[in-house]
Amino acid sequence: MGDIEIELQVNGEASRAAVPPRLTLADYLRERCGLTGTHLGCEHGVCGACSVLLDGEAVRACLVFAVQANGREVTTIEGLGGPDGDLSSVQAAFRDHHGLQCGFCTPGFVVSVTAFLRDNPDPTDQQIREGLSGNLCRCTGYQGIFAAVRAAAGESTTAVAVGGSGTDPGS
Amino acid sequence: MTTIQTGAARYTGTRVHRVEDARLLTGRGTFVDDVTRPGMLHACFVRSPFARARIGAIDASAALALPGVRAVFTAADLNPGVHEQWYTSMGKNVPDTPRPAMAEGEARFVGDPVALVVATDRYVAEDAVELVDVDYDPLPPVVDYATAQGGDTLVHEAYAGNVAGSLGGPPSDDLTAALDNAAHDVHLTIHQQAYAPVPMETRGLIAEWSGDELTVWTATQAPHEVRMFLARVLGIGEHQVRVIMRDTGGGFGEKVIPMREDMCIALAATKLPAPLKWIEDRRENLLAAGMSRHEHGDVRMGIDDEGRIVGAYIDHTQDIGAYPAPWPVGTAAAVGMLFPGPYRVPLAGFRTTSVFSNTSARIAYRGPWQFESLAREVLLDIAARRIGMDPIELRRRNLLQRDELPYANANGMPYSDVTPAETLDQALAMLDYDAFRREQAEARAAGRYLGVGTCTYVEPTTTGMSYYGTEGATIRIEPSGKINVYVAGGSTGNSLETAVVQLTADALGADIADVRTIQGDTAVTPFGAGTGGSRSGSMLAGAVRETASLLRAKLVAIAAHQLEASPDDIELTESHARVRGTPTASVSLARIADIAYFKPHKLPPGIDVGLEASARYRAESPTIWANASHVCTCEVDVTTGAVTIDRYIVSEDCGPMINPNVVEGQIAGGSVQGIGGALFEHLVYDEDGNPLATTFMDYLLPTATDVPVIEYGHIETPAPGPGGFKGVGEGGAIGAPPAVVNAVADALAPLGVEITRLPLTPAAIVDLIESAR
Repeated sequence: MGDIEIELQVNGEASRAAVPPRLTLADYLRERCGLTGTHLGCEHGVCGACSVLLDGEAVRACLVFAVQANGREVTTIEGLGGPDGDLSSVQAAFRDHHGLQCGFCTPGFVVSVTAFLRDNPDPTDQQIREGLSGNLCRCTGYQGIFAAVRAAAGESTTAVAVGGSGTDPGS
Repeated sequence: MTTIQTGAARYTGTRVHRVEDARLLTGRGTFVDDVTRPGMLHACFVRSPFARARIGAIDASAALALPGVRAVFTAADLNPGVHEQWYTSMGKNVPDTPRPAMAEGEARFVGDPVALVVATDRYVAEDAVELVDVDYDPLPPVVDYATAQGGDTLVHEAYAGNVAGSLGGPPSDDLTAALDNAAHDVHLTIHQQAYAPVPMETRGLIAEWSGDELTVWTATQAPHEVRMFLARVLGIGEHQVRVIMRDTGGGFGEKVIPMREDMCIALAATKLPAPLKWIEDRRENLLAAGMSRHEHGDVRMGIDDEGRIVGAYIDHTQDIGAYPAPWPVGTAAAVGMLFPGPYRVPLAGFRTTSVFSNTSARIAYRGPWQFESLAREVLLDIAARRIGMDPIELRRRNLLQRDELPYANANGMPYSDVTPAETLDQALAMLDYDAFRREQAEARAAGRYLGVGTCTYVEPTTTGMSYYGTEGATIRIEPSGKINVYVAGGSTGNSLETAVVQLTADALGADIADVRTIQGDTAVTPFGAGTGGSRSGSMLAGAVRETASLLRAKLVAIAAHQLEASPDDIELTESHARVRGTPTASVSLARIADIAYFKPHKLPPGIDVGLEASARYRAESPTIWANASHVCTCEVDVTTGAVTIDRYIVSEDCGPMINPNVVEGQIAGGSVQGIGGALFEHLVYDEDGNPLATTFMDYLLPTATDVPVIEYGHIETPAPGPGGFKGVGEGGAIGAPPAVVNAVADALAPLGVEITRLPLTPAAIVDLIESAR
């Protein structure tokens, strides 16, 4: 099968390419866009390291084909902080609470947590744990990650709102 | 943006922000798969689908005909290129077990690499793997190591009875008599399942051959060992190999030495006109990156009628798979040597036997000898229950006290600077043990099953022997006064960059914002053995101390000359040299550096230009002992077999902490790996040797909903050596499994359940309850 033309928004910039139908969104982002912050930890949709926002929803980029992102908006870890390197409130909370060690799973967690807190601005501890349970970390025992989300949830949620499909975080 | 707290008087011991975080949080880290080289080709292995099979003809013609495929290599192509193959930590004179690059003649486990496809793109390489036709002749495999010993079916023909080696021996006559005559002679067999390090980043490397130089980007805990090992494999000089790693996504032992695939990729790269990248996928990682922990012990302990241990013996047998790495026989001795643990055990003995099987290789994993703690601590709880004594009381009657130190255990291990009684007391106080026992009794009356379990251990860290016994640092105070510290590296999440920056800032009296570090590039960093054996804290502190002391002397001399003061009156603080008691008399580090590099006429007599030094630290003791107590409480649902951990407390003595966040992070990560090993993780094979856990849907890692909040207690006893620091990387993974097993067993004790086999999956627990009925 020949390549297929796609056009999508990646971190607010237009991205156009002709891609094989089987190219995953994760590989598209990493290899075609040079956005290597999206990491592949299992390539079968369990570990969550490759999580990105697709029209605002957290998805596993290893389970989405690039062609499925045609016409849609993708936000990766590289698109969550400020352009001058400022950290988002979720990123800063991970730093402040030792929420990362090797950092390999971290982009997936930050992306998932960003979406989670947008949709659940005032979560219970149990909701946080369930919200985190779709991402695997082998270094931290989740201690610092949980503390980071707890702290980030306590802050203003305005800083975590990311482009999306119209989900109203305040509703 | 400043991400670290600056201007502090002292950084060591404080929770400074990590210097690694800014890049890792924003997706700008550099893991090996993030590296691309011009013209880079991609590799994928053809792996054996049989646990044991004779390898016949390999027909790669269909694969080679696929557009984009550049080469298919087999053992015939690659293995003759291996000049020497041995690990520096072991030396070349150990009776090493076989370790071919590619499977040759016979495949010995499911996942054994049989051929290597090279293509322009990973997708094409994977397509081509399906097209390589290998003629396999299946042979009966040796799947269960526990029954393999002495069998006629052999994993390796050269190893009769499938035994790679054995150390120790039967109990002495004195020990046998003591056990036979003890009031309580407790004898059990305890089994642990295979589980594995499973870093979130799999293995991988890029090898680029220029004709007489190999450059390797890789995921490793020990870049200098990769360099030395691959130089030996290729038969070239160490100075012809450069190994580079920036960020490595966890290691836990799996990345402490290069393995067979690394040999294959380096060998293949020398036959290719372009760089070659191999990134292991998760299935390969669970198939072929190795396993640990698969072992059992016949354990026996004699206890007198006052609850005093009179003797202990362990007959330990471990599964080493088909191609263990490194040589497993010697390291297994630690299980036996440490089996007496932190207790007063007058007579002890051990035997340990390493047995091959047609399964994945035994490899290093965080606290490789942890079975000593599992076996001893589970045995102690069972013994206490049989005697009718509280398990804490039994421990307290036997725990070594401070005034007994230093103390050589009955196998000759010389403990010092440890506090096992103190950590147990602290952890139990944090729990309020008596209150828990009351709560437990009330719960039992209400039909609920709560339990508490503990583990107390002593742990050798920071070995001072040979390869591990030295660490170097180069510090360059640049002409602007900014500082770069060069150390070997191998940080895999354990924050070596932050630690080195903290230590250097303190050693030079510099503001932490003025210090950065360069690690993980063998071309510019001094030799060092990398992350392993809980060595980095003490060894890096030593390396920084030795090197910084040279620079301090020079800074003080230049400052004293400049300020017309006595060198004895100069203090270095906040990136300034000041005259003690005269705050206005100071000169900045930047100014001193400017003089040192560009104004040599202002240097005092006898002081050379420049501000750069290199030195090496030699370990001051053969071992630094650390210790901890883990306390776990849980509730077991006796209908479903589900275990809920309620509280998890670790009281540890790692000496003074360089960074408490990092220390606690290591304890938490290790403990949760241990919880995973006790409850979930199982690298299981069927009876034909087929692995059944090759995805994260089958190999169950703990998730955020499975783990409790971990509570930390610190006891601080300085070790001999720099800063008094001890190692802390491995201990969590040692202490957690026995604490969890003992908690579950305590919960189920009223039902008559005795636990001697892991993991404690819900199904296993339901089975235990039903068979106790």
